Amino acid sequence: MGEAPQADAPFGLLAELTHRCPLRCGYCSNPVDLVGRGDELDTARWCAVFDQARALGVLQVHLSGGEPLARKDLPELVAHAAGLGCYVNLVTSGLGLTPERLAALRGVDHVQLSVQDADEAGANLIAGVRAFEPKLRAAEAVRAAGLPLTVNVVLHRLNVDHVDALVALAERMGADRLELANTQYYGWALRNRAALLPTREQVARAGEAVEAARSRSGMEIVYVVADHHEAHPKPCMHGWGARQLTVTPDGDVLPCPAAGVIDGLGVENVRDRPLAEIWHSSPAFTAYRGFDWMREPCRSCARREVDFGGCRCQAFQLTGDAAATDPVCTLSPHRGVVDRILAGAADAPVEHRAVVR
Amino acid sequence: MTAPDAVPRLRRGVKAAYDPTRESHVVLFPEGVLVLNETAAAVVGLCDGRTSVQGIAARLAEEFDGVRADDVAELVDRLVARRVVDVDG
Ligand SMILES: C[S@@+](CC[C@H](N)C(=O)[O-])C[C@H]1O[C@@H](n2cnc3c(N)ncnc32)[C@H](O)[C@@H]1O
Ligand code: SF4
Ligand code: SF4
Repeated sequence: MGEAPQADAPFGLLAELTHRCPLRCGYCSNPVDLVGRGDELDTARWCAVFDQARALGVLQVHLSGGEPLARKDLPELVAHAAGLGCYVNLVTSGLGLTPERLAALRGVDHVQLSVQDADEAGANLIAGVRAFEPKLRAAEAVRAAGLPLTVNVVLHRLNVDHVDALVALAERMGADRLELANTQYYGWALRNRAALLPTREQVARAGEAVEAARSRSGMEIVYVVADHHEAHPKPCMHGWGARQLTVTPDGDVLPCPAAGVIDGLGVENVRDRPLAEIWHSSPAFTAYRGFDWMREPCRSCARREVDFGGCRCQAFQLTGDAAATDPVCTLSPHRGVVDRILAGAADAPVEHRAVVR
Repeated sequence: MTAPDAVPRLRRGVKAAYDPTRESHVVLFPEGVLVLNETAAAVVGLCDGRTSVQGIAARLAEEFDGVRADDVAELVDRLVARRVVDVDG
């Protein structure tokens, strides 16, 4: 074994403050084994995580979950991260984001608000609760506070035909940016994959609708393609353990939010070791950092600097080997697995995410 | 390319800051972080919604050698493409 590749400092921390959430989205990427409140890091611990992250080079803190507003100490956590000079991004379902609550969150720089569908019935169906109206009020509160707003919509079989209406909704909500992101199949989404996967025709139409909307809307529209339908995989972050880290509600430190699924990764916890040591030398971070771990066909492929061989978590989930080429790639000997998954897509009920307390 | 009389300013939600760990000026925005070199930092500092590209070039010429309005315009183009800067006029 050679030396572990030297890591640059990370720019971003995804802080999954809690897995608790009033919504029960069937596409939720949270792990199927949800962390309960009793195992969550406490206020002091999170503040220490932010201190260590800033010292390590983190400049951007995404407060997410679960629903970050489920944490009563959110105002303190926001203030602490902002006080360190970090850009604070609140990633929220918007439930409970009243003007009063928002006013208490001093230091938030940007709000990312998720919307489930363009109309109330569709949104409530996938979220498992009545969450549509409160989101409109949350968007109003964000605008009134003068904060920049990104609306995020996870696309799947049931809403991917609604691109035009989603664009119109986001405009009505006053969004600066709209993120239309096709479902990534982790956690609950993996479980509901067959029912969430769009058809090839749906994906093609959505792509055209996004192009048309971009040319007429003043809003920035970010589109994340449906990767199973592509010939090449999505890039892994900016490379494994290169720019961002995730801390789970109970303090596990991961290279990406899905990495907990990989068996034997050697995940370490902020309760046991300083964040900087974990970033630089924990096995979970060094395993797939750089390019040395790659095998063929990735090792000699010109695209490896573009997509980093795709997603390690997806490679593990679909082939049992996290070092394999992401099977979405048509150069992968396992591409047949993805084609069979696509063939298995069907109209079926979506199971709601579990409730955790 | 951005016109010499165009007036750039930081977009809503974009913050310019100094990062002591990297000893560099940075801009922070929803999608990420840009680490700036000295010239870029000086240009970003003057993207105030009042100073034109020409004006920025003139101000920079007081501090650095060989600053051309074209170079400033090109840098502003790149900042616009990264959605860090908006341009009026
Ligand atoms: C897990 S959520 C947590 C924050 C908050 N509860 C919310 O939904 O906005 C974080 C972000 O991931 C998005 N998301 C959830 N499941 C996803 C999936 N399977 N694929 C892609 N994005 C997903 C959500 O829309 C949200 O923008
Ligand atoms: S995606 Fe839905 S269920 Fe998952 S955390 Fe966000 S709002 Fe809750
Ligand atoms: S072979 Fe590997 S590096 Fe090349 S395109 Fe496929 S996944 Fe990407």
